[in-house]
Amino acid sequence: MGKVIVVTSGKGGVGKTTSTAALGAALAQRNEKVVVVDFDVGLRNLDLVMGAERRVVYDMVNVIQGDAKLPQALIRDKRLETLFLLPASQTRDKDHLTAEGVERIINELKKYFDWIICDSPAGIERGATLAMRHADMAVVVTNPEVSSVRDSDRIIGLLDAKTLKAERGERMEKHLLLTRYDANRAERGDMLKVDDVLEILSIPLIGIIPESMDVLKASNVGAPVTLADARSAPAMAYFDAARRLAGETLPITIPGDKRGFLGKIFGRKAA
Amino acid sequence: MSIFSLFRKKTSAPLARERLQVLLAHERASAGSDLVAVLREEILAVIAKHVQVDADRVQVTMDRDEHVSVLEIEVEIPLPSAMKAA
Ligand SMILES: Nc1ncnc2c1ncn2[C@@H]1O[C@H](COP(=O)(O)OP(=O)(O)OP(=O)(O)O)[C@@H](O)[C@H]1O
Ligand SMILES: [Mg+2]
Repeated sequence: MGKVIVVTSGKGGVGKTTSTAALGAALAQRNEKVVVVDFDVGLRNLDLVMGAERRVVYDMVNVIQGDAKLPQALIRDKRLETLFLLPASQTRDKDHLTAEGVERIINELKKYFDWIICDSPAGIERGATLAMRHADMAVVVTNPEVSSVRDSDRIIGLLDAKTLKAERGERMEKHLLLTRYDANRAERGDMLKVDDVLEILSIPLIGIIPESMDVLKASNVGAPVTLADARSAPAMAYFDAARRLAGETLPITIPGDKRGFLGKIFGRKAA
Repeated sequence: MSIFSLFRKKTSAPLARERLQVLLAHERASAGSDLVAVLREEILAVIAKHVQVDADRVQVTMDRDEHVSVLEIEVEIPLPSAMKAA
């Protein structure tokens, strides 16, 4: 049975869709069967980030309403055999995403895939709670910035209350993914430190993704950053995070911390 | 550290951290507000049976840790001498 992961944040624009695509492609490169599911009805973007926007025929609402079978709606990635996308509906209303429909789809996906990664919409409304409902594990995407941390705290509360796992009295496994981390700002003391965010949110860290142009470039060409440029700093951070998701223990490095003597002298100018 | 950092303004991150800690402690308490309010009333009633306490001096908060939630109860009980003086 596949594992269901929700990528969530509360706050918008922190990197959920970027992270869903990057983690999905990283896991698929380990030869595991992965489907990334877009829950952002009306504002779908995962198709674009994955470079599959022109191949969308059917979406999740079509499957829920019986207009298409699940395999017809799944889009196989052109580069990775084991990576699939289930798009959200762009035209329909969110109300068409019913709780029963979502449950049916997730249960079916669990039979065929090792990982089902759900890209949550921003906010704490129905779309977000539906995306987290069936999760076995949550990746809480947070930027080192006050409003993002506050919203993540809200989302952690919901994960512990509104999910099937929580309702059954089981513990929801939650992981913090700190994204858009800027080493220079951290050094100047004008960005919340990793330790500060960890202490405040009290959930284990699964990775720190640096702020990087490589993320933008990857989305321009329509490829997850772990496919577009596997050697770039954000891609390597996502690869490590994916390995931790899969259960490996690796030491976490804070981006920019490894700079040596010359790096410290010239780092500022280079950035 | 360069000589210029001596003239630089204080960094802002520590203030962010402090504000968040205060705010979230409050928001977490009010998120489960029903439960916390009920507990507060009942705890107060039990204590009042045995010692004289001021209702404003009883604080019940719910905080979250990695594995558990922590219910914190703080009751201020005045010393007998202070009560006489009052
Ligand atoms: N590590 C990063 N470095 C630089 N830019 C980034 C990084 N991560 C995300 N971004 C950029 O931030 C923007 C928002 O990212 P993304 O769409 O992944 O966020 P989101 O949380 O899914 O947003 P929404 O809440 O609207 O769904 C995008 O333009 C993306 O390219
Ligand atoms: Mg998104």
